[in-house]
Amino acid sequence: MCGIVGLYLKKKSLHSKLGFYLSGMLDNMSSRGPDSAGFAIYNNKESKKNYKYSLCTNNNTLSNKFEKNVKKYFKDIKIKNISDHTVVLTSASPKKFISYMQKNFNEISLVGYGKSIEIFKQVGNPKEIVKKFKLANFSGSHAIGHTRMATESAITADGSHPYSTGEDECLVHNGSLSNHNNLRRQLIKKGKTFDSLNDTEVAAGYISQKLSENKSMKKTLTECLSNLDGFYTFIAGTNKGFAVLRDEIACKPAVIAENNDYVAVASEFQAMAHLPYVNQSNIYEPKPGVVYTWGK
Amino acid sequence: MGKIEDLDFKKSTLRKINNFLQNINYKNNKRDFNIKNPGGHHALCAGLTENIFVNIKGHVGYYCGGMNQKAHITINGNAGTGLGENMMSGLIHVKGNVSQSAGATGHGGTIVIDGDASSRCGISMKGIDIIVKGSVGHMSGFMAQSGTLLICGDAGEALGDSIYETIIYLAGKPKSLGVDCIEKKMNKRDIKKIEDLLKTGKIKNLKANNFKKFGSQRKLYNFNIDNISNY
Repeated sequence: MCGIVGLYLKKKSLHSKLGFYLSGMLDNMSSRGPDSAGFAIYNNKESKKNYKYSLCTNNNTLSNKFEKNVKKYFKDIKIKNISDHTVVLTSASPKKFISYMQKNFNEISLVGYGKSIEIFKQVGNPKEIVKKFKLANFSGSHAIGHTRMATESAITADGSHPYSTGEDECLVHNGSLSNHNNLRRQLIKKGKTFDSLNDTEVAAGYISQKLSENKSMKKTLTECLSNLDGFYTFIAGTNKGFAVLRDEIACKPAVIAENNDYVAVASEFQAMAHLPYVNQSNIYEPKPGVVYTWGK
Repeated sequence: MGKIEDLDFKKSTLRKINNFLQNINYKNNKRDFNIKNPGGHHALCAGLTENIFVNIKGHVGYYCGGMNQKAHITINGNAGTGLGENMMSGLIHVKGNVSQSAGATGHGGTIVIDGDASSRCGISMKGIDIIVKGSVGHMSGFMAQSGTLLICGDAGEALGDSIYETIIYLAGKPKSLGVDCIEKKMNKRDIKKIEDLLKTGKIKNLKANNFKKFGSQRKLYNFNIDNISNY
């Protein structure tokens, strides 16, 4: 099972409703994945200089201690706390910030970073997760979400999607991979690090690795077809937009609705039934083994 | 024709609507129903057993019209996986596209799809007639046993893989044929059957001679050690 959703807004005037629309999509997909949920929101508005670091603290006393210390260490810093997640906005480079975190707050997990991405994910029913992180209040250009029925690894926050393994990159996955252990070892040799034993994190790492070799998203995902064994529908996000890929056997469902205002992708039509004018959109099933991309 | 009764998801639930349609009281003289705001719900109109007319105004989810007997179901939109699965009789007409495994294991009746059907259309069909005005995806007609699959567009990879006695009529081109599926010679009965199906599907831009016939080579029926790589 598992449910995946993605929404790309073509019009700026709709950006303020991104979170509202996505929360309905995730809510509807709780039937496919009641174990945990997560979402990645892309919003370029805040600053072009600053980075956003999404942290899952899991613990309030820890987040208080973190806030005090991090404010002393980095000068220009803004902190946004939402439930057990913290988003740090700072000009500090990823290298500097990540090494600070590893030295001082190893128990806090960095779930994603970039100039535009914010990631929130946690264990629990998607209906509650959506409320807990106040998803409906978020604005942005595009977003990706996931509801999980756990198969390949434990039901924990770090076993939840989306997985981010590179700046402004993330991946959600419906399906499972069979060659992830081998691929993980190969990627570790190339310098990638992994936080969980999850198969999707390996796919995300694989995609980040290819993108860092200056391959386009289209080429990267096409190479997934020959290097990832298993079954999958992927939605892979970057700060520019997102892409969809289904494996060639295509056991895992997906449906796309596109009109002048937005592109919506989901495991089932139910997830998008609440979107405006969806019934008049061009609705189709992505073809197996074909990469679909949207973005700037 | 009796009065058309509206069943609206804004005022009711899937279970209530299905329960109502599955237990029609003919004494009330109701035969015609509109379903409003279906919202992609799954298993809508599954297990209907009476000769009623249901007009669904929107898109449906998985297994719509599954196990249908006698009912005529029209879907003004797209349908998800397993449309009319194991259908026995009656008619399902989809005005949009359908997802995979349409008409799977269907024993009888007819499915008409105005758009495209994706992979595994008519998988293991057992007597149903499926008319697709668009194209079908890969592995369509896989292990299909009886009935007819008429495709006006093209077919994906491995059309009719391991097919038994279903007959496939294809106007476009197959990307590839599956194991043991071959092109066959048309006869008068085929022409008549295609003409009947074109009439049922209200297809006017094609004629029987636009189609090619595909069926089983019957080489996989009995175990043959030389075919081991094909099993």
